[in-house]
Amino acid sequence: MDNAMLLEKLILILIILAITLLMALYFTFGERKIAAFFQDRLGPNRVGPFGIFQPFADGGKLLFKEELIPKNAEKWLFILGPALAMVVATITSAVIPWGGSLPIFGRTVSLQVADVDIGVLYIMGIVSIGVYGIMIGGWASNNKYSLYGAIRASAQMISYELSMGLSLIAIVMMSGTLSLREIVEQQQGLNWNIWYQPLGFLLFFTCALAECNRAPFDLAECETELIGGYHAEYSSMKLGFYLFAEYINMFISSAVIACVFFGGYNFPGLNLIADPLLLGVLQVIVMFGKIFFFVFVFMWIRWTLPRFRYDQLMQLGWKSMIPLSIINLLITGVVILLNQP
Amino acid sequence: MSNFSIKGSGHVLSTETIDGEIATLNLGPTHPATHGIFQNVLTVDGERILKAEPTIGYIHRAFEKLAEHRPYNQITPITDRLNYCSSPINNIGWHMTVEKLVGIEVPKRVDYMRVIVMELARISDHLVCNSVIGVDTGAFTGFIYMFQEREKIYELYEEICGARLTTNIGRIGGFERDFNPIFLAKLKKFLDGFSASFKEFDTLLTRNRIFMDRVIGAGPISAERAIEYSFSGPNLRAAGVDYDVRAMNPYSSYQDFDFIVPIGKDGDTYDRFIVRQEEIRQSIHIIRQALEKMPKGDFHAHVPDFYLPPKEDLSNSMESLIYHFKIVMGETQIPKGEVYHAVEGANGELGYYLVSDGGRTPYRLHFRRPCFIYYQAFPEMAKGSVLSDAILTMSSMNVIAGELDA
Repeated sequence: MDNAMLLEKLILILIILAITLLMALYFTFGERKIAAFFQDRLGPNRVGPFGIFQPFADGGKLLFKEELIPKNAEKWLFILGPALAMVVATITSAVIPWGGSLPIFGRTVSLQVADVDIGVLYIMGIVSIGVYGIMIGGWASNNKYSLYGAIRASAQMISYELSMGLSLIAIVMMSGTLSLREIVEQQQGLNWNIWYQPLGFLLFFTCALAECNRAPFDLAECETELIGGYHAEYSSMKLGFYLFAEYINMFISSAVIACVFFGGYNFPGLNLIADPLLLGVLQVIVMFGKIFFFVFVFMWIRWTLPRFRYDQLMQLGWKSMIPLSIINLLITGVVILLNQP
Repeated sequence: MSNFSIKGSGHVLSTETIDGEIATLNLGPTHPATHGIFQNVLTVDGERILKAEPTIGYIHRAFEKLAEHRPYNQITPITDRLNYCSSPINNIGWHMTVEKLVGIEVPKRVDYMRVIVMELARISDHLVCNSVIGVDTGAFTGFIYMFQEREKIYELYEEICGARLTTNIGRIGGFERDFNPIFLAKLKKFLDGFSASFKEFDTLLTRNRIFMDRVIGAGPISAERAIEYSFSGPNLRAAGVDYDVRAMNPYSSYQDFDFIVPIGKDGDTYDRFIVRQEEIRQSIHIIRQALEKMPKGDFHAHVPDFYLPPKEDLSNSMESLIYHFKIVMGETQIPKGEVYHAVEGANGELGYYLVSDGGRTPYRLHFRRPCFIYYQAFPEMAKGSVLSDAILTMSSMNVIAGELDA
């Protein structure tokens, strides 16, 4: 690895981190605007034209708010919780292929920070750590409502990770690789995995909702029961980190869904373009288009559906989702076996 | 009477308790689900509630005692603050109680006008309750849809009396002024537009699988227990008892109208929700009939003791001046007597027990507040259920803190 390569990756990491943060910022804005759209309201429209600077105002407010740490809280863990949530949320983006490659300054820059050959495993691993941020934060707050939220969140995430993993395994079996780049490359044109794995997609999408703690699986924070749940005691930017992490998670989940099931940066007609620069740019646009679509669906669901009850959620997870994922796995296996030359 | 049972297979909670430590959880006094201020000290085993101890009185304002020192027409604003989601019913119920004591016959037109206003109040109260059940299950959007409709009802109140929440609507003997053309136009517009947006709300929740799973079987009460607790209103009807003051003991010419008293079966949150949904439709139906059949005539009974004379008469007529003075200073003498009058409030039978020993103020006034009664049953209904269900039980019983504490 030469120095230029190192520099290239460093810049890419910084850009992706910046984009991720910016996206998360604007998803909060988008969420509010979309909620307003669903609810016949206007949404934020005071800060800047159409309120587009609202997220910065929100961020600034959170940053300058008084920081409160409850007297009986486990201080160190109390601080670790949101930090962990934030870190975990941001590092998932390392293996996402945002596009093919861009020819810049005579170099071919791959639009992926790390093309590790265990990309899928990496994502699953990082996502599993995500629950610690919530659990530690909820426990350290020394508040019963927070503890409830933390318990609910951890039980929920652990049970839904199982079927999430199982539905990903079906994809891995199909494509024969754990590298996200290769999984995407195999879905040229419209040859997307969704056509082969519709059930897998549904399972994965449901699990992604649960993993992001989004409605109808937002039991960890449900404000009408647990008054914010695990982040009930948090204020200032620590609260901001938790909320931010949720939006980043949503962004990354949408990216993973787009990569694994919807061809990532592939789109029919893109292979006709000869100019590598244009192609690279278009691929990135396609990728982001798909991400935005799924983020919109996430929000759409949130503002439409009621949430589950804790035991119903567990029931759905263990008695419906996991059996279905196993069946999906079995079917995939049988089909692969039958199609063997 | 019709029975609404469109339930699927409700998932039933297992009743075995997890062996573990028991914790105390303070639900309230300030908790988003209490919709007001009252406290529940829950003893919980994990998510399961073993015991609930309600504490009331956080906004007790001693209304009954206050009423003993106030002239009758000044008690109306107190009734506003009982169930503030449907204050016109409280106001009109109080007026009718005094009319019953004094023996005032009101014109038919007043009855019909009152029916319109009371049914509007019932709609707005049920809308709040049902949309808040939605919010407590996590579906926020329907709440906003219904609050737009409630806003229209508040605008209608504004046309009648100038106020929105604490309406102080009407006077003893009728109304302060007649319905104006703007009110009638707005009412027509409201009635025409309501069913479309109500349907939207209905489709969001009523047959939503997640919503049904959440509310079916949550906080049930049997008809026997409900009667023993002396439930009334939608909560009693949801348990399957077809008791409605409007039908059983008609007041304000309710006998002239054709409406269905919907009843449920299991008395759970879903039944309460459905009963309220149907009552909203019936109320719309009643308002339409009342508008259609509205007789001509005066908008108030001719009771100079309670009715302010026109301002311009004060300088020309001695009687007007005297009555004006007596009303404003609260010196109207009320005959001795004892009377109980009940109206079908949005929440249940709202009763006024009034004892007068003559003079300008009541000797004793007791409000039969349905919320106060419902809340006593809460520990029993919440016991054994999970935290989420308890919150739904509370919101579906529509316990309003103002009425609970009086």
